[in-house]
Amino acid sequence: MTSNLVKEYFRMDKLPHIWCPGCGHGIITRAVIKAIDELKLDKNRVCIVSGIGCSSRAPGYLDFNTLHTTHGRALPFATGIKHANPELEVIVISGDGDCSAIGGNHLIHAARRNIGITTVVYNNNIYGMTGGQYSPTTPTGDKGTTAPYGNIDKGFDICDLSRAAGATYTGRATAYHTQLLIKLIKNGILNKGFSVVDAISVCPTYYGRKNKKGDSVKMMQWLKDNAVNIKAAAKLPQEKLEGKILIGELYNNPQPEYTDEYKKITESFKRG
Amino acid sequence: MTSRTTKLMQGNEACLEGAITAGMRFFAGYPITPSTEIAEGASERLPMVGGKFIQMEDEIGSMAAVIGASLAGQKAMTATSGPGMSLKQENIGYASLTEVPCVIVNVQRGGPSTGLPTSPAQADIMQARWGTHGDHPIIALYPASVSEIYTVTIDAFNLAEKYRVPVILLLDEVIAHMREKVELPDAKKIKIIDRSKPSVEPEKYLPYKADPDGGVPEMPAFGQGYRYHVTGLIHSESGFPSNNAEVTAKLINRLMKKIDNNLDDIIRYQEDGIQDAQIVLVAFGSTARSAKSAMDMARKQGIPVGLFRPITIWPFAGDRIKEIAEKAKAIIVPEMNLGQYRLEVERAAACKCKVAGVNRADGDIITPEDILDKIKGVL
Repeated sequence: MTSNLVKEYFRMDKLPHIWCPGCGHGIITRAVIKAIDELKLDKNRVCIVSGIGCSSRAPGYLDFNTLHTTHGRALPFATGIKHANPELEVIVISGDGDCSAIGGNHLIHAARRNIGITTVVYNNNIYGMTGGQYSPTTPTGDKGTTAPYGNIDKGFDICDLSRAAGATYTGRATAYHTQLLIKLIKNGILNKGFSVVDAISVCPTYYGRKNKKGDSVKMMQWLKDNAVNIKAAAKLPQEKLEGKILIGELYNNPQPEYTDEYKKITESFKRG
Repeated sequence: MTSRTTKLMQGNEACLEGAITAGMRFFAGYPITPSTEIAEGASERLPMVGGKFIQMEDEIGSMAAVIGASLAGQKAMTATSGPGMSLKQENIGYASLTEVPCVIVNVQRGGPSTGLPTSPAQADIMQARWGTHGDHPIIALYPASVSEIYTVTIDAFNLAEKYRVPVILLLDEVIAHMREKVELPDAKKIKIIDRSKPSVEPEKYLPYKADPDGGVPEMPAFGQGYRYHVTGLIHSESGFPSNNAEVTAKLINRLMKKIDNNLDDIIRYQEDGIQDAQIVLVAFGSTARSAKSAMDMARKQGIPVGLFRPITIWPFAGDRIKEIAEKAKAIIVPEMNLGQYRLEVERAAACKCKVAGVNRADGDIITPEDILDKIKGVL
């Protein structure tokens, strides 16, 4: 039975979605709308902006002002929207490749500006839409259709990258840890500046199959067994954290927001 | 008492002031010679009029931000030069397909690649038409004086808003950096066109519903209660993606017909001495000024020369060129490139008369003497 949450926030006539059976993206999308619902945001004031890829199809299913842009460019489109009308609540949905490879420059600069946008990265460690090529978050040694002998690249930690660039809120949860994920997205939206939530997804079709990770249930079990909350991690020795996914609210340090700062300039002329 | 204001302005400054007069309240840009004064001016002027400026991390981001701002309801512009124009192309195509009004200024430099950053060129003529991939509608305007930069920039916004297309404004470096007298028209007498707002309630609104024969859909801003979807994928009237051949053909045909069915409204040109001309010069921008001098020199020597100066370079004034070709002995196309617009003139002239070029792509301007020599050469 369809939940009231889905009925309220999905464009029901656009379903079913394009995601594969077992994909984690549906769970993350539910977390996004649950966060919006709990914050009681006005649907007319919410803009959801995405780039290109599996994750970026999400806005099409959601009943808000929605913009499916070009590959990697969700953040600068979103920046234009937010700067033009700061009253809008702007949320970016992006994938690991979209956000940190082709869109990596935009990610660090949106973070540097601390503009009031919340970015939810549907991170499945692979380019799914194009058939399983390795991405900037594919772990070293893992396989992709363009890494048949194992990936020799080092991966990005999207939260560390964003924080170093100036994001004032970062957090990570997984498709398994939905309650935490909802909380992080809510807090990300509540942060006036630039927020990044790294939402670890599962891609059984490509990443899972290429790397013999088993089906979706096994991959979800792996997320459950290998995620360590930052609070627990603080008490563990470094060797116990090898290969683990650090989850929780990683950084929360509010700073002046870009459009607020710009408003001070325009207001100075109004006072004349 | 006159309602006009006379000012000494630089071309790039006239562009910015024209844009602000047209209602531009959002500018996103990235520093690049020889367009930088437009961004610098926008950063100073826009906050004074309640507008927004942002310097983006790159040219791609600037184009994206402009489209985002336009969707949020602002008239938006960016300015760049060759290398930046190349980077903007994907998102210009996005604006074309999603029908988001915006203005892109390209103060041209010599190319290809980094080329000649501080030298004049008119080498982005074909890029203005076909820079982004796929069949797409586009309008490109080309003013020839500082004064005209002001008025044509207003035109650029009006056309962008009326037809919901990206409008490319091509400037010559020599005019963009030149200072000339500009007679600013009375602001109240300037015609300003705004995109049409939805005439239906949100529940009945279809974002891409329009007359299939070149109609322009109505456009609310994000945040006004219409909650619609915009995608760079081929989409139906509902705005949602479709792979259907019929839907695709209907959309692409409508997009192209927005321009093709309104050529009389979109195409602007100026003619001088065409009636009795044996030789007609077709020239735009600063080269049209050299062409006018060459024409005057030739006429003094008894050679009947005329000038056709396209202000709208795309769509192309093919029908008028065809008429001219039927009467004239020859058409000469002087341009600071190796013959890009001449190709289009030859196509329209269809062997009805001789078509020749005066071309250079070395960073120097074409002089009246260069053109006069060619006039004598074709006689």
